[in-house]
This record gives sequence, C-alpha cells and structure tokens, in this order.
Amino acid sequence: MRSDIQTGRLQLDRGGQIFLILLAVTTLLVPILNLAVPTDSPLHVSTFTVTLLGKYLTYALLAVAVDLVWGYLGILSLGHGAFFALGGYAMGMYLMRQIGDRGVYGNPDLPDFMVFLNWHELPWFWHGFDQFWFSALMVVLVPGVLAFVFGWLTFRSRVTGVYLSIITQALTYALMLAFFRNEMGFGGNNGLTDFKDLLGFDLQSDATRIGLFIASALALAGGYLACRYLVNSKLGRVAVAIRDAESRTRFIGYRVEQVKLWIFAFSAVLAGIAGALYVPQVGIINPGEFSPLNSIEIVVWVAIGGRATLYGAVLGALLVNYGKTYLTGVMPDAWLFALGGLFVLVTLFLPQGIAGLLRRKGAAA
Amino acid sequence: MPVRCLSRTGLRARLIAALLLIALMPGAFADPGDFQQGAALIAENRFANLEDGVALVAASGDPKARQLLLALQGSDLYLRKSDRTLVIAAKGADGYDLTDPLTGESAGTAASKRELKRIRINNRLRSQLSAAIAGLDLSHQDPAVRLSGVNEMLANLDDDGLKLLRERIQVETDTEVREAMTTAIALGDLDSADPEVRLQSLDVLQGNLHPAVRGAIRRLIETDADPEVLKSAQRVQDSIEFKLELYSLAETLFFGLSLGSVLVLAAIGLAITFGVMGVINMAHGELIMLGAYTTYLVQQLMPGHIGLALLLAIPAAFMVSGAVGILIERGVIRFLYGRPLETLLATFGISLILQQLVRTLISPQNVPVANPDWMSGSWQINSVLSLTMNRMVIIAFCLIVFSALYLVMRKTALGLQVRAVSQNRAMARAMGVRSARVDALTFGLGSGIAGVAGVALSQLTNVGPNLGQTYIIDSFMVVVFGGVGNLWGTLVAGMSLGVVNKILEPWAGAVLAKILVLVFIILFIQKRPRGLFPQKGRAAEG
Repeated sequence: MRSDIQTGRLQLDRGGQIFLILLAVTTLLVPILNLAVPTDSPLHVSTFTVTLLGKYLTYALLAVAVDLVWGYLGILSLGHGAFFALGGYAMGMYLMRQIGDRGVYGNPDLPDFMVFLNWHELPWFWHGFDQFWFSALMVVLVPGVLAFVFGWLTFRSRVTGVYLSIITQALTYALMLAFFRNEMGFGGNNGLTDFKDLLGFDLQSDATRIGLFIASALALAGGYLACRYLVNSKLGRVAVAIRDAESRTRFIGYRVEQVKLWIFAFSAVLAGIAGALYVPQVGIINPGEFSPLNSIEIVVWVAIGGRATLYGAVLGALLVNYGKTYLTGVMPDAWLFALGGLFVLVTLFLPQGIAGLLRRKGAAA
Repeated sequence: MPVRCLSRTGLRARLIAALLLIALMPGAFADPGDFQQGAALIAENRFANLEDGVALVAASGDPKARQLLLALQGSDLYLRKSDRTLVIAAKGADGYDLTDPLTGESAGTAASKRELKRIRINNRLRSQLSAAIAGLDLSHQDPAVRLSGVNEMLANLDDDGLKLLRERIQVETDTEVREAMTTAIALGDLDSADPEVRLQSLDVLQGNLHPAVRGAIRRLIETDADPEVLKSAQRVQDSIEFKLELYSLAETLFFGLSLGSVLVLAAIGLAITFGVMGVINMAHGELIMLGAYTTYLVQQLMPGHIGLALLLAIPAAFMVSGAVGILIERGVIRFLYGRPLETLLATFGISLILQQLVRTLISPQNVPVANPDWMSGSWQINSVLSLTMNRMVIIAFCLIVFSALYLVMRKTALGLQVRAVSQNRAMARAMGVRSARVDALTFGLGSGIAGVAGVALSQLTNVGPNLGQTYIIDSFMVVVFGGVGNLWGTLVAGMSLGVVNKILEPWAGAVLAKILVLVFIILFIQKRPRGLFPQKGRAAEG
C-alpha cells in the first residue's frame, strides 16, 4: 500500500493535525458549554452528552490501538476487546473497593457480590486494588503482560494471518466464559457496578464527569501522538515492512518477532487504558465486554474510518458509535442491519475507509 | 359366605399354595369362582376383607386378575356409588372412562369423581399387592412381563417371594428371565445362615450390575462375620466396581462422541468453505441457524407429521442455506478473493444482517422445534448404561453426512474440480475448469451442509437468532485444530475435542472444561500452526 508511506513523515499527517485541533477545541468547549451555559440555552451540553462523548473518546483510543496493530503491523486482532475489558476490570476493582461499607450489605472489606456468595475473605488477587496507584499499574500491566505472553507464544511459532485472528478471538471468548463464572471472583454475570467515587470524587457529580471526559480526551491525544511517533520512527517503518512482506523483512535481518511483540503489547496497554477510562463513565463492567462481537466491532470502526491512518480509526469509532446511539434510539431493529451493511459496503467499495475517501478528495482538489 | 369364615393364616397358606400352583402350571386348577368371590370381597371396601379378596383374586388364575390388582395398586379402582359395582376409572376426554374389571368391558363414563368412591389401600395391603402382582407376573405369557416381575421382586425380596422364584425357575424357558431369577435367588441366599451357601451365591453375583446387588454386597461386607465370605464379597464388590467404571467410561466416551458429532456437523461445512476454498466465512453459524429455522418452518407447514417434516427438512435446509451461500459468494465474496481479512469482515456483516433478518421476520424469541418420537427414549444396555436415542441419531447422522461429503469431494466431477481449483487456480482454469462456477458451487455445498447441520442442531438446542453465534468459534477451532483443507482432520478433531471436553467436565465443570479446551487449542496452534493433519506440498504455502 503505497499511500501509507505518504501518510508518514512525508505528508506531515494533515488528517492527524486536523483531528488534534478538533479534539483540543472540543475538550475546551464542552466543559464550558456544560458548566457555564445555562440549562435552557440551546447551546447547553447536558452532562449525559458529556459522558457519552467521553465514552466515545475511549472507544476512539481503543480503535487507535487496533489500527496500530492492524494497519501498521498487519495483525488483525479479533481480541482487543479482551484487553479493553481487562483494563476496565482493573479499574472496576479499584472502584469496587472504594465503595467500602456503603454497599447494600455494608461489609467494609468485601464487595457486595462476595458477601452474596457467602465468601468470608478477599481473594488474593483483590489485594492492593484499594490503592489507586496499584490499580493504575494493573490497568497497564494486566493487558500488557497478557498480550506479551500471548504474543510471545504466537509470534515465535509464526502463527500469522487468519489463524492469528481466530486464536485472538478464541482468547477473548475463553476469557468471557471464564469471567462469567462466579467462582472467578469478578462478580460473574453481573460484573462490577454500583460504583460510588473515584479518588474521592463523586462519580455522579457533573464535575467528575467533565474531569473524566477531559481525561479521556487527553488519553486519546496522548495515545494518538505516541502511536504517530511510533509509526514514524524506525520501528514503525520495520512494522510496515513486516506487514507487507514478513519473510523478506526477516531475511534482511530484522527480528520480526520482537517488533511484533512490543508493538502488540503496547497496543494492548493502550486498549487497557481506554477500558479503565470507559468503566467509571458507564458505571459498569461485565463479561459481555469480552464477547467476540465487541472485538469485531472495533475492527469495523477502523475499517470504516480507514486503516493505517490512526485518525481514520478515531473518525470511524466516533461515527459508528454515534450512528449506533442514534439508530438504537430511533429504530432499534435497524442497527444490526446498518452495521452489517456497513461491514459489507465498506469492505467492497471503500477498502481505504473514509480517510481514503477524504484523501482522494483532497488529492483531486 | 364360606370364605369369610376362613382364618387369616389359613387363607395365607391357601394363597401361597395357590400361587405356587398357578406358578407351576398356569391355567390349571384355576377356579373361576374365586375371581368373582375375591372381587366381591374387594367391593365391600373394608380393610379386613380386602386382603382376603386380593388373595383370592390373585389365586384365581383369571386372566383379568392382573388388571384388577394393578388398578387397585394404582388407586384406579373405584366403587360406583349408584350401583355399588367395581369399576376401573381412567381419565378420558370428558370425565372418566370406566371399565368393568370383571368382564374387561367398558362400563360407561363418569362425569366427575364424585360419582365414584375410591377403594383405599394401606401399606400392608400395598406389599401384599405387589407380591401378588409379581407372582402373577412371573407366570405371565410375555417374557418381558415376567422379567419386570422378577425385577420388581428384587427390590424387596422376602421368603415367600424367594420360594416362588425357586419354583418358577424350574419351568422358566427365557434365558434373560432365568438370569434375573438366578440373581434374585442368589441375593436371597446371601441372607442364608450357612456360609457355604453365601459363598456360592457370591460366586453367582460376580460382576452383576443390578443396583440391588450392589446394596446387598455392601450390607454383607458391613455385617458378615465369616472371613471367607468377607474375602469373597470384597472380590465380588471389586469386580462390580471395575465393571461400573468401565461402563461409566463407555458412557463418557459416548457423550463425548455425541458432542463431537455436533462439533463435526457444525464445522464440516466450514471445512469446505474455509478449509478447501480458504474463505473465512463468519456467516457460517448463521447458515446453520437458517437450517434450524427451515426445520421449524417445515414443521409449521405440516403439523402432525413431525418425523416426516424432519426428514423433509434435511433437503429443504440444504437448499435454503446452499442458495443463501451461493448468493453470498456471488454477491460479496468473489470480489474479495485473496483478501482473507476483508472477507472475514464482510461475512461478519452478513452474519449480523441474517441474524437481524430472522429476528425481524420470524421472532426475536426462540422458536419451538418438535422432536419426533423415535428420537426420544433410550437404549438400555444394562442397568447402569443406557444410550439416549437422540445422541445416537446425531452420531449416525454426523457419520452419514461426513461420508456423503467425502464421497462428493473424492468421487464426483465437482469434487475433482474443487480440489483442482483450490490447489492451483490458474492451472485449473487453463485445463478448462470454470473456476468461478466451481467457487459458487463449492461455497453452496459448504453452506448447504451447514444448513443440514442446522436441522440436526434444531433437535438438540434452542432454535433462536443467536444459534449460529454459539457455534462459529467452535467450528473454526475444530477446522483449525484438524488442519485446514482436510476433511478427515475435521472429523478427528471434532470427535476428539468432544471426548476431551466430556472427560474434563466431571471434575472441571462444563464452562471450565470449555475454557481449558480453548486454551489447549490456542497452545496447540503454537506448536503446530497447520493443525493435526497439515496439508503438504505447495498448497500449504499459500
């Protein structure tokens, strides 16, 4: 794919610049429109919308993570939802511990679902999650290490292409089944919910929600810039080489497995951070997040936005999720038709996604 | 009436004597008057007389005696209040259908139970009844009835019953019934005071799987004082336990194979579309679902012919899913050959559309699919191992579908062309194979098989819009595990995964077993990325 090389350093990433500027403007404007503009004004942005936007931004970060491995490394991961969910669970566990004795059962040590299951002691893997720094570390480490181990096994034995996609899907499917089990100690079917506050800030308050929105925007910008830096670096060039001709790159002398492994793990970390920001905004995390369908949906955001552009992933995530929110509200039956249709039409007629379309328009003008 | 003057013990002796007599010579010495008299005693509906009445009826040798006693035992025997005659009541279309137990003919109907008075029985009578019925059973003409009679007696054996058995075994001709009788007598002999007799009967019980035997041996080990007998009993218990383990292994294997058959059925269409053609068809599960829904629709079209509808559904599902498959191939997939990841996405989109289509057109809820009679029930091999019919049908069906598909791929012109195109498209085209047509037909074949699998699955699981999603990952796992492009690999992989799953299930639980299997496959693919039976040669490099 010739065009990808052009989107690197040569073109100075015009789409990315536009995206960053728009993101900055939104991040500044939304809190003002929410807090400073009176409720009855047409310009007022409700807190509900702020949270919705914040949720979309975490999705966008997740899409950027997927685009990094799919667009630039050629790994179609159908399991990135698992890393997202793991990050979310790490954050959820912290939030769960913050509830303290304000739960339904009022047990200061055990979350409600454990009391309900008649457990008497906190399982060992829950220790430490009452500390924010520890939880934040786990948000990064758990998905990162899982991706590292998974990648180390997989890339070393040169599982590629469709096989890789299918076993990533099996990974998230297995995790979903595991987290559905009550015995696992993660709340089973219901997951973790009823959160009260984060770092002492009430999760229901407008200010916290705006704070989370801004944090999501910053994380997205940071993740975007890190990925942009990565793909523009020499490592990124090697990644593209691996994507286009893995064997040749190996024969030239690059250590293909290492490159894949580090980028894959990094991408999983980004997904984990996105998940950690997502959970306090939606207020729940349950095993449904692991479902293979979710992971495939992420891929569709990227495909629709345009692979190997990074900003295309953001665009795709925002557009598709806006469409989802809108359509499921207006005509719930139509959403799956629309999503399915998008899959088919985009792969058939828009292999470069919307970003490709925009670029062609730009080139023509 | 003279009968009422008889003392109880005298009557009992007479009953046993009579039982033995009928037992020895069915029909001989039967006194038809006894039946009438006994029935009359029962009709008085007083506990004291009931016992005598039952004894007389049992001893009468009348062919209708069994029905009368069974009705009494099952609390179906009533007195009609209007004329105080005995009737057997069975729930009918409106109210109760009555039968006259004396003649066996219909005695009209009763609108409600208020017109009837039930003949009550107590526990003492109950045991007398079951002994009497067992005795009658033992002299029945049908060996099956005799067998169940013996089994009935096995459960609570007493001296009278044992005596009866000893007599009956002399004239018994059916080997199965004889065996059951031998078991029963040996069980009775376990209580004998003579250790020698106990030892002998233990030898007879060696390896016997009847539940009553297991209990008796356990009791014997706990209570018996004789060391010789204890040793022997321990040996017999070990032999029984070993057999039990063997049969439970066989059962696990059977469950595993039936689960494996489901996996193979779900995966085998994919083995064609993914394995041979290399198309990642994420809509495969939905093609299975369409097959299941076709079964439902065919059944709706012909209510009352469940079995026939099921058979007709097989070709119908093949056509429906096959046609949808060809449509998908011609409409979408053919533009995406050589781009497997894009194919994955597009077909996933199709799967969403198909799911939603079913939800919108039929129902978002599960639909009921009926099972024909011949799929329910089970094949009782012995008292611990029984194979359920539906699982056996599934295994057989899976093997039939597999063989049919294998023959198509190996022996027909289409199969030859499919293999040619999959090995070297350009060369096949140069030889005059219309590759586009072959692609469409192959995809149609794989999809059609998915539909046929759907017919089978409709008999086992809930049929709903999400049916396909449940099987898609499993199907891919089976195909990848078996080795892409290899039908045998799919069969072996599906069956072994099914068996492994069922072996793990008892100690890990169903969900954890499934997770373990998934993790196993993920690790396995690391070791052998091309599956159990990898394709060799140039095709493998693609």
